Amino acid sequence: MVVIAARGLGRSFGEKRVLRDIDLDVAERDLLLVTGPNGSGKSTLLSLCAGLLAPTAGELEVTVDRGRIGYLAHEPLVYRELSALENLDLYGRLYRVPERRERIGMLLERFGLWESRRSPVSSFSRGMQQRLALCRTLLHDPALLLLDEPYAGLDDAGAELLDAELRALAGRRTLLLATHDPDRVGRLATGSLALA
Amino acid sequence: MTYFADVGALARKDLLLELRSRDTLPAMLLFVVSTLVVFNFSLPADTGDLAAYGLLWVAIVFTAILGLTRAFAAEREQRVLDGLVLAPCDRSAIWLGKGIAVVAFLALAEVVALPAFALFFEPVTWELVAAVALADVGLAAVGTLLAAMAAASRARELLLPLLFLPLVIPVVVGGVGASIGDDPGRYLAFLGLYDLIFAILSWASFEYVVTE
Repeated sequence: MVVIAARGLGRSFGEKRVLRDIDLDVAERDLLLVTGPNGSGKSTLLSLCAGLLAPTAGELEVTVDRGRIGYLAHEPLVYRELSALENLDLYGRLYRVPERRERIGMLLERFGLWESRRSPVSSFSRGMQQRLALCRTLLHDPALLLLDEPYAGLDDAGAELLDAELRALAGRRTLLLATHDPDRVGRLATGSLALA
Repeated sequence: MTYFADVGALARKDLLLELRSRDTLPAMLLFVVSTLVVFNFSLPADTGDLAAYGLLWVAIVFTAILGLTRAFAAEREQRVLDGLVLAPCDRSAIWLGKGIAVVAFLALAEVVALPAFALFFEPVTWELVAAVALADVGLAAVGTLLAAMAAASRARELLLPLLFLPLVIPVVVGGVGASIGDDPGRYLAFLGLYDLIFAILSWASFEYVVTE
């Protein structure tokens, strides 16, 4: 079953055309690597798939419901004045996560944030914020994961945690992963899209 | 019921953010009190109460602008609005949750402003309190929608007052009318009607404001 289908997909911001003529079919449980230099449109493609942007050319169909998409952006999309626990609790309520507290506790433990769970996010390092962003992305056990540079800011231990998570998700969930380092997850990928 | 649970979670989050950061409410309190103090010294001694009531409404509207300018600051800084928009809840819940927080901030500012008004100018009547309460709902309904629109713009500090002030002229007309008019009930009903119409319009259109 095709989860994402794009035909002649394009996106412009004013006069600047960031993405053009993208044809894409991503099947269920595929892991598609999206590669390309800075400014090639990787983040824009993921934002389009998440529904945060609308195409300015072509067609895009995403068959997964909004609530079953997990989107990891450049920013962690969490409130800096709230703690990790408060942020995840808010998202857990909005996503109607069953057994919310247990799920949040399990993710915070897994990503090494349990000890800092009550600290405000503003006191977190870049790597801790990225770990929290990964917790937020995985909180509702999404069917489609859109990961924009998921290794950004992670130290070696964090990157290994993410490796293990991706190994567990590959073949079980549909993933679109934009990265500058395709070698790191290349073995898990079922396909790749190189943007120019 | 899930809808109101979402609204409650979002409103509670905004109140908690303000409790932690204290960015908005202290500024609103200082602004409204200092405005009334300035008006107290700038009005000639023989000016009647009509001018004082008018200036109170000017102070309330500009205090609302101050609060609304900061309404989506936390969402803007970390692009958190994207995270909220992606959640499967009805997007109007974001507007309603934020609107409830704005009403709460306005009400707290007025708890200080109305006694200050009574101290400097005229006694506070029940008609005035009712008008202020109704006006808060209208100001928050329209202002929250416009603040979300302005948050996406670079010129947000300029854009918000430009959009907001023309749309809240009826609130000022109704508020001043209820404060000094012979038939305050008519003006209170007018404010209630304004609240109803603009709350429905803002509730229905918020989805289009936060998505492309």
